Amino acid sequence: MNIFQSLGQSTLKALAKLGRSSLFFISLLMALGYILKRPNLLIKQLYSVGVLTFWLICISGLFVGMVLGLQGVYTLSTFGAESSLGIMVAASLVRELGPVVSALLFAGRAGSALTAEIGLMKATEQLSGMEMMAIDPLKYIIAPRFFAGFISLPLLAALFSAIGIIGGHLAGVELLNVDAGAYWSQMQSSIDFYDDIVNGVIKSIIFAWLVSWIALFEGYDALPTSEGISRATTRTVVNSAFAILLFDFLLTALMFGAN
Amino acid sequence: MQYKSLEILVGFFVSIAIAALFFLALQVSNFNALKDNGSYTVNAHFDDAGGLKTKALVSMAGVPIGRVTEINFDARNFDAEVIMRIDSRYSTLPSDTSASILTSGLLGDKYVGLTPGGLDESLQEGSTIELTQSALVLERLISQFLFNSSDKSE
Repeated sequence: MNIFQSLGQSTLKALAKLGRSSLFFISLLMALGYILKRPNLLIKQLYSVGVLTFWLICISGLFVGMVLGLQGVYTLSTFGAESSLGIMVAASLVRELGPVVSALLFAGRAGSALTAEIGLMKATEQLSGMEMMAIDPLKYIIAPRFFAGFISLPLLAALFSAIGIIGGHLAGVELLNVDAGAYWSQMQSSIDFYDDIVNGVIKSIIFAWLVSWIALFEGYDALPTSEGISRATTRTVVNSAFAILLFDFLLTALMFGAN
Repeated sequence: MQYKSLEILVGFFVSIAIAALFFLALQVSNFNALKDNGSYTVNAHFDDAGGLKTKALVSMAGVPIGRVTEINFDARNFDAEVIMRIDSRYSTLPSDTSASILTSGLLGDKYVGLTPGGLDESLQEGSTIELTQSALVLERLISQFLFNSSDKSE
């Protein structure tokens, strides 16, 4: 097989995968009505996707905020501008770190679990078993997981930012004696609700869509062998990270690049 | 029974996360300042808007009473037209109020400071502030100072 043959083959393979995943996504959207009629399915998945990621997000948010507080004080004190610490911590968390880091953590914690779960269901023929019983596994198994991920990641990202800002307060104000009034008032005067917070939430909604989609599709599309599942899990984490960072650049350019 | 505790945990998670969103909106951002109880617009022409940005504060006596909404270049008079929105709670500002572009702190943001005049008429929607004072441009000030001191030495 010569080089052109293999190049063409891999291009066609990638295109076919993109097409399959788009069809997969459309059929997930079609299942929304089914989910709304059976909220118990969604609540069960919200637990395993959202609640179990809760502590990871809380603790990493706290520490990211504290590191931002410490680094911010060291950098800003060379300009005598420690009072701007609040702006720095809040802007970087709300605009960038909150959505991006929580999406990366979410891909590692929940996305990989989803892929492995769906992949194993496929390998043990549970999905085909459901089809035999005239239950559509896309609706019953996969769609609840998709919407649970889609709902919980924006909530987790907001939590991450809020806890990070409190962490920045702990490190900057309690530990390094930045003035608490300056920390909060400077933050409030320069963080805009629509420009910063709403845009951050929009970012995390898009990341939620990306991560849940990639994780579920990789599981659904995995080779039904143990090696296939392990590869699919790896691909979920790697592709999610790529997609998150790429889309983060695009969204940042769209949202904050204009001014 | 197992479902019950699961539902409670999910409810707890969602409520904590929504509380975090509220915290971001109320405590971190200027959402409170957006409370809109009506406003009216006035405009002012400055020779130099130097560094004033849209959304900058408009304040009188050090209290924020409005925001700058637009800064345009006026091609007829070759100056800057600044349009600002003032809270309609403060509708009794005298019509000869003067506006100047000031800086909060040494390197802080620019804002528009209003100083009240003495007339009985008050500013209306769309009225123009006639008395303005431009932004202080540091380079110009320094060059003026240098020219003055060189004049003296001669």
